[in-house]
Amino acid sequence: MGLDIRLPIGLLFVVIGAMLAGFGWLGDRTVYERSLHINVNLEWGLFMVLTGLVFLWLSRRHTAAMHPSEQSVEGRATEAREHATGLEGPDPQ
Amino acid sequence: MNAELTAIDWIIMGTYFVFVLGIGFALRRHMKTSTDFFLSGRSIPAWVAGLAFLSANLGAQEVIGMAASGAKYGIATSHFYWIGAVPAMVFLGVFMMPFYYGSRARSVPEYLKLRFDEKTRAFNAFSFAIMTVVSSGISMYAMGLLLNLLLGWDFSVSVWVSAAIVLAYVFLGGLTSAIYNEVLQFFLIVFGFAPLVFLALKDIGGWHGLKIGLAQVATSQGFAAGAWSSSWAHMGDASANPMGVEWFGLSMGLGFVLAFGYWCTDFLVVQRAMAADSMSAARRTPIIAALPKMLFPFLVILPGMIAIALTYSQGHDGFALPRKSDGTFNYDLAMPSMLFHYFPTGMLGLGLTALLASFMSGMAGNVTAFNTVWTYDIYQSYIRRGASDRHYLWVGRLTTVVGIALSVATAYAATHFNNIMDMLQLVFAFVNAPLFATFLLGMFWKRATGHGAFVGLIGGTAAAAIHHGLTLSKGGVIGLKGGWLAVTHVYTSEMAQNFWTAIYAFSSCVFLTVVVSLMSRPRAEHELKGLVYSLTERIATREPRWYLRPVTVGAIILGLTALLNIVFW
Repeated sequence: MGLDIRLPIGLLFVVIGAMLAGFGWLGDRTVYERSLHINVNLEWGLFMVLTGLVFLWLSRRHTAAMHPSEQSVEGRATEAREHATGLEGPDPQ
Repeated sequence: MNAELTAIDWIIMGTYFVFVLGIGFALRRHMKTSTDFFLSGRSIPAWVAGLAFLSANLGAQEVIGMAASGAKYGIATSHFYWIGAVPAMVFLGVFMMPFYYGSRARSVPEYLKLRFDEKTRAFNAFSFAIMTVVSSGISMYAMGLLLNLLLGWDFSVSVWVSAAIVLAYVFLGGLTSAIYNEVLQFFLIVFGFAPLVFLALKDIGGWHGLKIGLAQVATSQGFAAGAWSSSWAHMGDASANPMGVEWFGLSMGLGFVLAFGYWCTDFLVVQRAMAADSMSAARRTPIIAALPKMLFPFLVILPGMIAIALTYSQGHDGFALPRKSDGTFNYDLAMPSMLFHYFPTGMLGLGLTALLASFMSGMAGNVTAFNTVWTYDIYQSYIRRGASDRHYLWVGRLTTVVGIALSVATAYAATHFNNIMDMLQLVFAFVNAPLFATFLLGMFWKRATGHGAFVGLIGGTAAAAIHHGLTLSKGGVIGLKGGWLAVTHVYTSEMAQNFWTAIYAFSSCVFLTVVVSLMSRPRAEHELKGLVYSLTERIATREPRWYLRPVTVGAIILGLTALLNIVFW
């Protein structure tokens, strides 16, 4: 549908993750008293960046929006039906 | 609750909104036909449709409400997932989707028109349209109140800003935009709440520590020690568990009637599967959704359970569930107060963004379902037939604006007439209770007729109302809580009363549909091809990869769900 959703998800996660990690790395450490002295901003931020990168990588792999008909059950059924009824048009290639 | 947000929290929230609107803008130029706008041109891959299927329902009621129930009833809340939603979703994918998708119906009411007749469709379309607008308004109202309480935001500002954002992205990008944002929101909710579960569980000493805490909760309220931490063990008798239900009412009322009725017939969720790019993707949509759904109790119910356990164990770290002015616990604040307790600034921004995202996707789900049903099932069917596709696309966009305006109006009405809103929701519950019976008979019994379905639906709705009017729950006041005809039976809890209302509605609908169908003239069999199980060709070719076969994956998910039921028995 024109836009691969993995791209915005990946970007959003990298941006938010980087902000969290940066804030956790540079910011005031006393705020982590409530999170059991774990610097959740830094740790979770880095994890979000990694997840975001995975999404970006997945969106970069060229997954065609259209699949050849032999890759799906319906596609094969359609091909078989067309073949049986002699409706196969000339090959586009 | 100390709730001071700092710049980083605001920046995170702002970034999310930029992305949400950006998706709407990016999709704008792809909305060329009404099918693009209402059905995403039937081009959504299965995993995207599946996560959207899950997210559309993941509104505020889910996140806030399930944590509240976790605190109130404990692990038994997981029944909404483990005997409710998950089996229903697998059933939808394996058995029902072939007819929804295969019939090429553009909406659930339209399927009813193809299978039965015009009046059955009209009844479903009108009740659904009113219901979606009202429920979207009521959740907007709840959001406004909550944000005001937590952060001191102005009610009107919360309502108008969120309405404007949802309007913008649905208006521009139609269903695709709603679906894409639902997927984005799914990941945000998981990433926003998972660290909370981790921190809270670590704090209380793991599952073992939680169990000790919950035992204290249970015994101090007069229940057996395991009443909060076991899902089935105390279901033998309604008075032995905090939900006040017994196993039969629970499995039939919730598991069979209500959950199947919602997940298998509600256009709000089914629309996501109808937008899938092929029949096999449509069938896999609810099954893909069932996998995370199965694990959601750990994300949304567990925080509530931990909240109540911490409160009773006299806070070794000072957490206490907030109370209402009358001294009772304000269970709805379980999730937000846990966020504020454990998340430092930064993560708090992410957690609140996840919460806001859930509010908005719930609203967008309602709006996209409303504009489709309004445009196709009401406008195109009864107001203006045979106009150009351009015209219907335009009507769809206009309906989006009107639908959101009506939701906002409902949200304001709710601030003044809370009782009317409660009454409306009760009426919707009556209308919904028998629905699954109609679809079940329609899809699997070729003899079912339009007259039968219509009489069954009306009769089932009436049966629900009559049962409610004749019964009451313990401690309930006659009126909205039931008993307005006469009190013939008192249930242990409101939930038990609801489950049994559903059981009576379903049974009456089945009975009436069967009787009236047998008395009326059946439709010719060739007209029902593709709409009824026995008259539809099976999909003969088998998918070679096992993980793409709906039946195989569905069976695995059901097996895992059964396992979860046993582990937390």
